[in-house]
Amino acid sequence: MVMASDSQFHVLAVDDSIIDRKLIERLLKTSSFQVTAVDSGSKALEFLGFNEDQQRNTDQRSVSPNNHHEVEVNLIITDYCMPGMTGYDLLKKIKESSSLKNIPVVIMSSENVPSRINRCLEEGAEEFFLKPVRLSDVNKLKPHMMKAKFKDHEKPAKQEEEASETPEVQQSQPPQPQSNNNKRKAMDEGLSSDRTRPRYSGLTVVSN
Amino acid sequence: MDVGQLQTRFVDYRKSMFCEGLLDSQFIQLQQLQDESNPDFVVEVVSLFFEDSEKLLNELSKTLGQQTIDFKKVDAHVHQLKGSSSSIGAQRVKNACIAFRNYCEEENIEGCLRCVQQAKQEYFLVKGKLETLFRLEQQIVVAGGVIPMVE
Repeated sequence: MVMASDSQFHVLAVDDSIIDRKLIERLLKTSSFQVTAVDSGSKALEFLGFNEDQQRNTDQRSVSPNNHHEVEVNLIITDYCMPGMTGYDLLKKIKESSSLKNIPVVIMSSENVPSRINRCLEEGAEEFFLKPVRLSDVNKLKPHMMKAKFKDHEKPAKQEEEASETPEVQQSQPPQPQSNNNKRKAMDEGLSSDRTRPRYSGLTVVSN
Repeated sequence: MDVGQLQTRFVDYRKSMFCEGLLDSQFIQLQQLQDESNPDFVVEVVSLFFEDSEKLLNELSKTLGQQTIDFKKVDAHVHQLKGSSSSIGAQRVKNACIAFRNYCEEENIEGCLRCVQQAKQEYFLVKGKLETLFRLEQQIVVAGGVIPMVE
């Protein structure tokens, strides 16, 4: 039985673009996460050992015994726009599964559509990242994985969680400067589906 | 040329690509993800981009050449090209795709035909320049020098 050691979290990345898969894989590995990258929602579910009739494994985070090696996945990060099963469809399936619902899910999208973002957050996504995803986005993942781990072990680690960087969904609070900027930022920066973000003031970039 | 001159040439060339808007800050992000354990990361990702883009551009030309144009299909390809160009920082290709998608939405054939030409132009331009950039980079490595980071 392969269990993720305490020192390494395992992230399942889902994206139909080979370029984005390579990128997210590198970003995650740079952050010392173990990574499995697949190119579709159905492959993701297959990897997770998803079984529609699964009701029994309520106390297990990991996969049904049908898988020959139990794989522990600590977080799923998925693209939204994928042919066949979208990231949203995948999110729904995971949240509806008794064995998988506690795995934190993060959605990525190249398009800043507030209704889409809200829908995903309401369905239980922890974060919504605008593409291209950066290291600063990936740095927000660990708290979600820690929280899920503590929840499963039923440790009263609430104080530890609060001490760490990013609190979860804060839709009722005013936008805070440091934390959870991404979700609100994505919505506040207007309804245009293609926004450019000037990021480096040091470098001369001809803006469009 | 000594290493210093090679490095200067490389830095200047790279700077010009940014100034001309061919590359944006996302390319810097890629460079920052490259290190001793992944020394070819940028070249690898960019190579994937080249392969993927050429396939998409060919598909686009084909789809736009049909009697009845499937604009949904065109849009899907453009969306993909926009995504990948954005992911590597190929700014002008990305921008060409943004304009392209608007014409797709309008089902404007002429607009789309113009856009596919524009996208191809921008793609081949950035491809050529990136290949030159990588060659300049290699020359530094071969001469035993270190590749200067941005800023």
